[in-house]
Amino acid sequence: MNSNNKKAWLYLLPALLFLIAFLVYPLIDVFIYSMEEGFNFASQTYFGVGGYNFSYVLHDPYFLQAVRNTFILVFITVPVSTALALLISLGLSSIKALRDLYQTIYFLPYVTNTLAVGLVFMILFQKTEYTDGLVNMVINLFGGSSVDFIDGPYWAKMFVLCFYTVWVVMPFKILVLTSALASVNQDYYKAARVDGTPKLRVFTKITLPMISPMIFYLVITGFIGAFKAYSDAVALFGTDLNAAGMNTIVGYVYDMLYGDSGGYPSYASAAAIILFVIVLTITCINLLVSRKKVQYERR
Amino acid sequence: MKIVLQNLTKKFPARGRKSQGEVTAVDDFTCEIPDGELMGLLGPSGCGKSTTLNMICGLEKPTGGNIFFGEEDVTALAPELRGVGMVFQNYALYPHLSVRDNIRFPLENLKGKNKLSKEEMERRVMEAAGLVQIEELMDRRPKELSGGQQQRVAIARALVKMPRVLLLDEPLSNLDARLRLQTREEIRRIQKKTGITTVFVTHDQDEAMSISDRIAVMNHGVLMQLGKPQEVYDNPANLFVAKFLGTPPINVFEGTVENGMLYIGDDAVLPAGGVPDQKVWTGIRPEGFILKEDGPFACQLNRVEVMGRDVSIVSTHSACAGQTVRSIINAENRVDTGSSEVRFALKPNKVFLFHRDTEERILFDIR
Repeated sequence: MNSNNKKAWLYLLPALLFLIAFLVYPLIDVFIYSMEEGFNFASQTYFGVGGYNFSYVLHDPYFLQAVRNTFILVFITVPVSTALALLISLGLSSIKALRDLYQTIYFLPYVTNTLAVGLVFMILFQKTEYTDGLVNMVINLFGGSSVDFIDGPYWAKMFVLCFYTVWVVMPFKILVLTSALASVNQDYYKAARVDGTPKLRVFTKITLPMISPMIFYLVITGFIGAFKAYSDAVALFGTDLNAAGMNTIVGYVYDMLYGDSGGYPSYASAAAIILFVIVLTITCINLLVSRKKVQYERR
Repeated sequence: MKIVLQNLTKKFPARGRKSQGEVTAVDDFTCEIPDGELMGLLGPSGCGKSTTLNMICGLEKPTGGNIFFGEEDVTALAPELRGVGMVFQNYALYPHLSVRDNIRFPLENLKGKNKLSKEEMERRVMEAAGLVQIEELMDRRPKELSGGQQQRVAIARALVKMPRVLLLDEPLSNLDARLRLQTREEIRRIQKKTGITTVFVTHDQDEAMSISDRIAVMNHGVLMQLGKPQEVYDNPANLFVAKFLGTPPINVFEGTVENGMLYIGDDAVLPAGGVPDQKVWTGIRPEGFILKEDGPFACQLNRVEVMGRDVSIVSTHSACAGQTVRSIINAENRVDTGSSEVRFALKPNKVFLFHRDTEERILFDIR
């Protein structure tokens, strides 16, 4: 090792120490916890080592419900929010008047507190003895009958959760995509115009490939973010998510640690490891797909 | 295809709250480009030459005036209906498409009765590629090409539609000096071979002079002079054109005409017949000086730069508008570098007089 190398390690040391203390060590610890069978939180003792915790979690109906909810949430909200954000960004970049105003409005959800937004959604969707909520009023107006979105059927609750998630994640995506669109060199569009390229073809053959790295970035971070969803569900359905049937994987982990049924760090760790494996798999698939589809412009 | 520009005018609205009034980018531009010729649109940056090109292309709508291709008025026509091919300054090659797909892109836009079969497209693509000699690069991406090769691809893409008019915006400005020389020959060759009427924009007078059939010199949106390169160089219409053309640039002096004699400082340097007494700007081309011991024009010698074939004499003169006077003489002349003064006689056809206020050319009789 030459002296330059040593110096490099020295400079990296502070960051490495923090990473090891707060990331690597907990990761290993979680893994150890997940393998300790019959762990007693009070006496800090356990009976043996094995895969029982995983088996328990995978057979727990609450966990299976949480996995189902999380997957539905991920596979609906990520494509929908990305597509909508792209549509809105395209609209934003093609108008001149009031553009700044609209950009600000679209960005507002990003700086708003999750729980406050949850409250607003409750008012919009919840059915109480006094009122059916604003959304139900609109439904009634068109001749439909009221639906209880917060305590009602599963699909209604899932709809509200997805709607809410899309609304919350969109501002950031719009922000990224508008700047991506603005960074596409106008000469490409001019060249396409001189060649009489139809609008749709300009979009699919020029705009989309040009901003594909950004779209890909949003999809990956969107997937990871949605898999980690928890606070959104709490904001809408309260802390007892299992009772509402709207728990997520992270919510399950939390419940196992601190919830009413809390005090089971081994089960929580096993669930966390399972979530980690799922996210890793999906991200790898994303990377493989993107290698073929995404155009990185190298200058 | 002959191109006629008639009183072409482009005004841009003022930007921001503080600035007032509109900006006139192109002002009453009238000229005719004969069929099959290569015209260089020349001027300093911001003079409106690119705006003019964009109007010919159809990317900008003129505020006033008309554009004709042949007898057809295309002023209101969309760019894709004009039959123009355009090469952009940065080439605007689509980075995610191969060279072949880039060249084929315009053909795939054709619809209805103009739609081409796959074979016909391939034939046309290869023909265009052959013209600019890039057949062996067809499967590469633009980023894998050198600047000069990208330039060729851009030209091929512009030519593949068989346009009536080819437009090039600063085609050489992104290339290094050696490639620039080579590529301008190449553009000339392609233009000659296809016979397409071509307009190209440049701020480099060397470039414009060397390959154009005709150059149009612009300044502040106004056409200053139009003509064959040599004619414009030999007979500049005003001080701006005289200063803009030629390397090294023309030497400009404050001068006076008295009794048919041109005075620079106190020296009576040249008879200027037929010019009424007045103050003038005098422009002398670097090659307009003759080294002569008893010459009428005296300058303070600064230094001598040897360039092999020629010698460049750098001197100063109190009436000179620039910092130094630069004269180029044959290397066979011996310059006495020990002396502090150098004396010249002047070649009358390399000396131009301009009005002190309007800067328009004043013709004088050469005796």
